[in-house]
Amino acid sequence: MDLNFTPEEEAFRQEVRDFFAENLPEDIRDAVKNGGELGKEIIERYHAILNKKGWLATTWPAEFGGPGWGPVERHIFDEEAAFAYAPRIVPFGLGMLGPVLQKFGSKEQQDHYLPRILDGTDWWCQGYSEPGAGSDLASLKTRAVRDGDEWVINGQKTWTTLGQHADWIFCLCRTDADVKQQEGISFILIDMSTPGVEVRPIKLIEGGHEVNEVFFTDVRVPYGNLVGEENKGWTIAKYLLTHERTGIAGVGFSMLELEETRELAKKVMRNGKPLSEDPLFAARVAQAEIDLEAMKLTNLRMLFTAQKNGAPGPETSILKIKGTVINQEFKDLRRRALGPNAAPFPGSLDGSNLDVAPAGNANNAARYFNNRKTSIFGGSNEIQRNILTKTMLGL
Amino acid sequence: MNFDLTEDRQMLQDSLRRNLGDKYQIDHRNKVAYAEPFHDPAKWGELTELGALFALAPEAAGGMGGAGFDISVVFEELGRVLCPEPVLGALMASRLMTAAGADQEALLSGETRYAVGLGELDAPYDLDNITTSVSDGKISGRKSLVYGGQAADVFLVAAKDGGSLAIYEVAASDASVTGYAMMDGAGAAEVVFENAPAKLVLADAGAAIEDAVNAGIVALCSEAVGAMDVLHKMTVEYLGQRKQFGRPIGTFQVLQHRAVDMLTEIEQSRSIVIKAAAELGGPQASRYASMAKNLIGRAGRLVAEEAIQMHGGIAMTWEYPGSHYAKRIIMIDAQLGDTDYHLMRVAQAA
Repeated sequence: MDLNFTPEEEAFRQEVRDFFAENLPEDIRDAVKNGGELGKEIIERYHAILNKKGWLATTWPAEFGGPGWGPVERHIFDEEAAFAYAPRIVPFGLGMLGPVLQKFGSKEQQDHYLPRILDGTDWWCQGYSEPGAGSDLASLKTRAVRDGDEWVINGQKTWTTLGQHADWIFCLCRTDADVKQQEGISFILIDMSTPGVEVRPIKLIEGGHEVNEVFFTDVRVPYGNLVGEENKGWTIAKYLLTHERTGIAGVGFSMLELEETRELAKKVMRNGKPLSEDPLFAARVAQAEIDLEAMKLTNLRMLFTAQKNGAPGPETSILKIKGTVINQEFKDLRRRALGPNAAPFPGSLDGSNLDVAPAGNANNAARYFNNRKTSIFGGSNEIQRNILTKTMLGL
Repeated sequence: MNFDLTEDRQMLQDSLRRNLGDKYQIDHRNKVAYAEPFHDPAKWGELTELGALFALAPEAAGGMGGAGFDISVVFEELGRVLCPEPVLGALMASRLMTAAGADQEALLSGETRYAVGLGELDAPYDLDNITTSVSDGKISGRKSLVYGGQAADVFLVAAKDGGSLAIYEVAASDASVTGYAMMDGAGAAEVVFENAPAKLVLADAGAAIEDAVNAGIVALCSEAVGAMDVLHKMTVEYLGQRKQFGRPIGTFQVLQHRAVDMLTEIEQSRSIVIKAAAELGGPQASRYASMAKNLIGRAGRLVAEEAIQMHGGIAMTWEYPGSHYAKRIIMIDAQLGDTDYHLMRVAQAA
């Protein structure tokens, strides 16, 4: 047992830390700190900064233009990015389609799409969920029918994150309705500007716009936009579900939340004293801290296994379940810390000099509600439990 | 022993449920709850014509109720439709005016809208630490998160007057009022007084304020029970309708048991509110109000979070009514003292 990082890894951490200190613009850091929605411009600018350094596609091997990092380096990068208040890298092109094309795509597809993902030419979104196919993704109905050299696509996708900015969408489509559900699905790339594609916004619980519905009406795309083999799309979907899941615990983000919660508790008053001196609140924070401390080690243990075996195992579902619950607890604490002063609708008091929340905390209630999504998306925590039941318990 | 409503209260409940159900369909509710003036003045008029406010005050004060159970009936119905009208302010103002023996005809008829300013930025729950003060009939200070303050004609304000707490009346036109919508809909205001003319309503008002807060807690807890009941029914209905893996998700035992846990907590909530309502106005009122607020803070978080989780993505949307119920249930915890604040009050009084 040795819980320490190697000197090389520590040096790498310092390098990443210095990079963010020198290169992350203040306005981007402040926007992340305030916890509101980040616009397209900020995300594109941030991606470009990382790309210039060669650190944008954190999961890609060097041959495709990635940094060629292993799980430990990625973990260090993720932590330092969180501590620096860097935005999250938008994963659809970089974390999802890129690795899919590298494993299943043709040489032509790799040569064409991968550089465009890196330089920001194409913004990708994900077309998986449908109104009737959420947790039961394999029951999806969006139909792609071959017509000569083209696919004709009809159907509807939903929960399409940042689809309002996207140039392209990768979709799971039903291409054979007469076989077992999982065996009639294909992975197809669709240019969002094709006639018949319509994006409609979905307003979220806290009032924000990050997800959309995408409708397809007789959308025609070249047959060559198929990735991998026809009717083998489910294999790709499963590959994505297990690919690079070591980051999903979001440990860095929760460590930052812990610090933010402590800072906030010093600034707000309860019963004539700073909230940080309130024993009940302090106990709540300590409880979350204990869970996080264990999570940090659970995460490192799984990183170690992934590094050793070359791939993470199904036990990473534990990281998704516990990581989201711990982060949600911190979101609850930051809302709770404000008491009634968490209540104003975000933006209500901007410019009035009447702010009721300390700087960077006016969106705490909105963040709490928005963050409930994390235990639902990416395979809900219930689905993760099903995976663990099958893979770890053998039941 | 009898846990049935009296005939009068049953009639009040029936009439409110019928009327509010029509008036505050969720689309209309959301429209008025998030746009100035963050309630519906026309429907406020109709609500007061139904006599909803008269039910909140005792006969001696010109009302027709005023007991904990009257308050409970009214607010549970308000909670069922997420009613954004400023009724809480009217209730708490009425308690203070009853203690002062002040005429409240204009309040109970709904003609004059009252809001109550107690908490402050650095003293959200604990009134020992407020700094708003009065000198020579002029009030100075700031009240934060004054519920219904954006729509009030008159404020009743807790202020330091020498060594003790007193209640003063200040006309809205003499204050600087910045109104806004809240996360869960309906309005509140930041209210700033700068040497504003203030009329003494009640000196040495500590006990009266405590009573008004206890009444407010019974109201909020009842509202939470109404909202939780609706959200739970919505969730169970969804579990029966939503199909995944070829069957209704409500056939999965893991979801069944969680829906039952929600039900258990809601029944516990209903019980503790009945106790708090029964004790309101008596010597143990504060103790049971605190118990109710603590239990409902915990139950509310479970019910709201589990309702969202079991629905899945749909309950994360603005369009789905359940999301608004979840927001209201969560945010109620931060009004008039949260789970932890009231837990300490119960512990310290024991």
